[in-house]
Amino acid sequence: MRNALNIIKHHAPNEKRMAWLAFAALTLILLALPFAVDDLFGRGWVRVLDFALLYIMLALGLNIVVGYAGLLDLGYVAFFAVGAYCYALLGSPQFGIHLPFWIVLPLGALLACIFGVLLGAPTLRLRGDYLAIVTLGFGEIIRIFLNNLNAPINITNGPQGISMIDAIHVGGFSLGRTQEIFGITFPSVHLHYYLFLIFTLLVIFVSIRLQDSRIGRAWAAIREDEVAASAMGINTRNIKLLAFAMGATFGGLAGGLFAGFQGFVSPESFGLTESIMILCMVVLGGMGNIGGVVLGGILLVVIPELTRHLAGTAQQALLGKTVIDPESLRMLMFGLALILIMLWRPAGLWPSSQRRRELTSSASSPNA
Amino acid sequence: MACRFLFAQSFFQFVKTLDILLQQIINGLVQGSVYSMVALGYTMVYGILGLINFAHGEIVMIGAMVALSVIQLLTGSGLPIFFILLISLMISMLVCMTLGYSMERIAYRPLRNAPRLAPLITAIGLSIVLQTLAMMFWGREYHSFPLLFTNSSVHIAGAVITEVQIIIIVVAMAMMGGLLMLVHHTRLGRAMRAVAESPSAAALMGVNSNNVISTTFMLGAGLAAVAGIMISANYGIAHYLMGSLLGLKAFTAAVLGGIGNLRGAMLGGLLLGLIESLGAGYIGDLSGGFLGSHYQDVFAFFVLIAVLIFRPSGLLGERVAERA
Amino acid sequence: MTHQPNALLKISGIEKHFGGLAALSDVSLHIQAGEIYGLIGPNGAGKTTLFNILTGLYQADGGKFLFGDIEYDGRSKPHLLARAGIARTFQNIRLFANMSILENVMVGCHVHTHTGIWGALTRHKNARAEEQQIAHRAAKLLDYVGITRAPHMLAKNLSYGEQRRLEIARALATNPKLLALDEPAAGMNATETDSLKTLLQTIRSNGVTVLLIEHDVKLVMGLCDRIAVLDYGKKIAEGMPQEVRNNPAVIAAYLGGDSRVE
Repeated sequence: MRNALNIIKHHAPNEKRMAWLAFAALTLILLALPFAVDDLFGRGWVRVLDFALLYIMLALGLNIVVGYAGLLDLGYVAFFAVGAYCYALLGSPQFGIHLPFWIVLPLGALLACIFGVLLGAPTLRLRGDYLAIVTLGFGEIIRIFLNNLNAPINITNGPQGISMIDAIHVGGFSLGRTQEIFGITFPSVHLHYYLFLIFTLLVIFVSIRLQDSRIGRAWAAIREDEVAASAMGINTRNIKLLAFAMGATFGGLAGGLFAGFQGFVSPESFGLTESIMILCMVVLGGMGNIGGVVLGGILLVVIPELTRHLAGTAQQALLGKTVIDPESLRMLMFGLALILIMLWRPAGLWPSSQRRRELTSSASSPNA
Repeated sequence: MACRFLFAQSFFQFVKTLDILLQQIINGLVQGSVYSMVALGYTMVYGILGLINFAHGEIVMIGAMVALSVIQLLTGSGLPIFFILLISLMISMLVCMTLGYSMERIAYRPLRNAPRLAPLITAIGLSIVLQTLAMMFWGREYHSFPLLFTNSSVHIAGAVITEVQIIIIVVAMAMMGGLLMLVHHTRLGRAMRAVAESPSAAALMGVNSNNVISTTFMLGAGLAAVAGIMISANYGIAHYLMGSLLGLKAFTAAVLGGIGNLRGAMLGGLLLGLIESLGAGYIGDLSGGFLGSHYQDVFAFFVLIAVLIFRPSGLLGERVAERA
Repeated sequence: MTHQPNALLKISGIEKHFGGLAALSDVSLHIQAGEIYGLIGPNGAGKTTLFNILTGLYQADGGKFLFGDIEYDGRSKPHLLARAGIARTFQNIRLFANMSILENVMVGCHVHTHTGIWGALTRHKNARAEEQQIAHRAAKLLDYVGITRAPHMLAKNLSYGEQRRLEIARALATNPKLLALDEPAAGMNATETDSLKTLLQTIRSNGVTVLLIEHDVKLVMGLCDRIAVLDYGKKIAEGMPQEVRNNPAVIAAYLGGDSRVE
């Protein structure tokens, strides 16, 4: 009983100070990161950072659906596409509409959320793997429509995609060009980094708060045993829809940011491969654990970039010539990495706290 | 009004062009038999392990590529064409079965008690590795698959069916019939069904479930190899990326029929082939020209979704009542 | 029977078929508020099927039941019945295996709490208060059913007997009027069964009506106020334990049905 109440109490003051120190250090590192990376590795790597943040947002969104609620969604990239195309259509010369960023972005997220509910409602009766294939189907349907809605009425401009999308700007301040603030020069990629960082932190915050709440527990209960959850009075359909809607909202948000950052969207960016890549981030990092998912997102963006750079130069250095073309080597290493990491750590690199708790509690319980 | 007029018009066209309808049906059946053969691989593995073998599509591709290389090697050796084909088929099946066996040993068996999604990721990893290896071996270009038979064809009521297509349908039906016989009337088949029902009970009855699972993977891979050769022979093309979409469609077919059910996979494959072929042929007419034939893939997925919404466990799948 | 003002649950004419098999035919029962009511019968008699209908996991093919003042047609959704005050445990334990034991019980509090997305995000005063209140309540319930483990331990690491108790705690967290227990003593040793008996008596004395499926005849006879016997989907007897024990139809059903052969 006393034990049970302990976890509700606050941590010791010592721990709290350490936590604040760590927090301050992390803030500094995150703020300085684009400049450090720019100096050490070059501007291209700051761009990689920006993409890593976008993918972390996506992975965290999918984590709500797959990791929290246990619904295998193989078409998640569809929501990313909805957000991106919403931004692209309402902020580009395609229709000559140029709505401001702060309208288009929430609109894209909202639209993605509505799509999430619409796609979710008829399919949530399906059992695990059937749900997977249906979501996969929906993902493909959206991509095919984007690809073909250029005739007879040109809406999406087909496979060519939409270009010259407005840069993200608030009032006269555009993230699309280099800006000088307090005498410090911020190139465009740096500016995007900070914006994406803010949104990523927001998504992380929402994920943490949801996980440890009445809703989060209901998701976990459904994931563990849907029948028992419904017998405990949980309206499983609504709670699952909520997971779909939340996940889709994050996807739509990331999509809008992506469109504004790239200035260009085409159906190619929203294929099954992307859905699977995002799923890999979630599972590889550690499903259900926010730290793990963030780690997974970073790794799966950075590893392919890293191998792309190393694959050529390392061969040159070691063998004096290029034996395998760097692109192939990169894919090969990527595929092998997925297999080996999963064989080495089936629960992901950084499994959820539940699993860690399991280890500690089985160590202390006498009958384990 | 306009809508009704358009529909009447398209219906008129529909009747007028019966020969085109017949042609679409033939094409659908050919494509469908290939889907069925690949779908069987998915459904057998799913039935026994409850696992989506995402790398199965790549086996189809490897099967086609290996056969292509063997044929290229033997052409000009003076051997009769039938013999060349047989050798390439056997080698390709052998390679694929070895591949299927090693896949299970390396990527799936160690994860049998792991979290449900772990084997899915290794499968995706395998898929990437196989694709890349194939690209390094055979290059990025499209290979024209040699014409194995004379280009002769049969005309039925205005529709054309080539010799290759006839062979595809016949071989597919024979192999699938053989598989059904194997599963329902042999010792091995009984063991497979027992492991699918309950691995632990089967083990108690003296069935070596590891062997059964390995055999299942090999059987599926063998069928996939033949399917790969068929599809390449039909279209005259082989490419290192041909496996992914084909695998996806075949998996869709397996789900459509009710995953885990052999007859379901066959039915689902044939249906999917027909739906695609007819859908692509008539979608333009039916939508009054608004949607073109490039919506073919959408059509397949729409049907799948509709079926699953009304019959959540597929056409022939058992209704699994939740046990409380 | 005469008019019963205190009936909490009146089941009348419930039917359920699986294909051609009649799992339940015309089953009617009255359960009084505050009693411990036993449901016994050979394997496959339809006891769990009746439970599943009462808790909305199966849909009845006919009949209805009156719970409190509300009539149900046996086709309601599980969460609505849980909300109405029927909670249950499962024959083959269905805990949320990878959640902590405290969280398992807190899930049971879902019905009577209201924090939504907004509350979860802002953690405003009411949300925090609610969270703290259910954590306290869950901890108390763990204590109540006699689980003394660390609350953050995962449910799957509990011993078998403890898992059964945790299921009871989780069901009690929904604040039920009727607690339906499906073979709670299965797999327990004599000591565990004894303390289970005490627990069920305490639960009843705290005002919760108990409906019990159980194979342990000694437990049923010693605990229940009234008992109904199902055989082949039909109610063949009902009454006080002694009456049922001496009922020839019941003896026949348990011993292999020689009376029916005649």
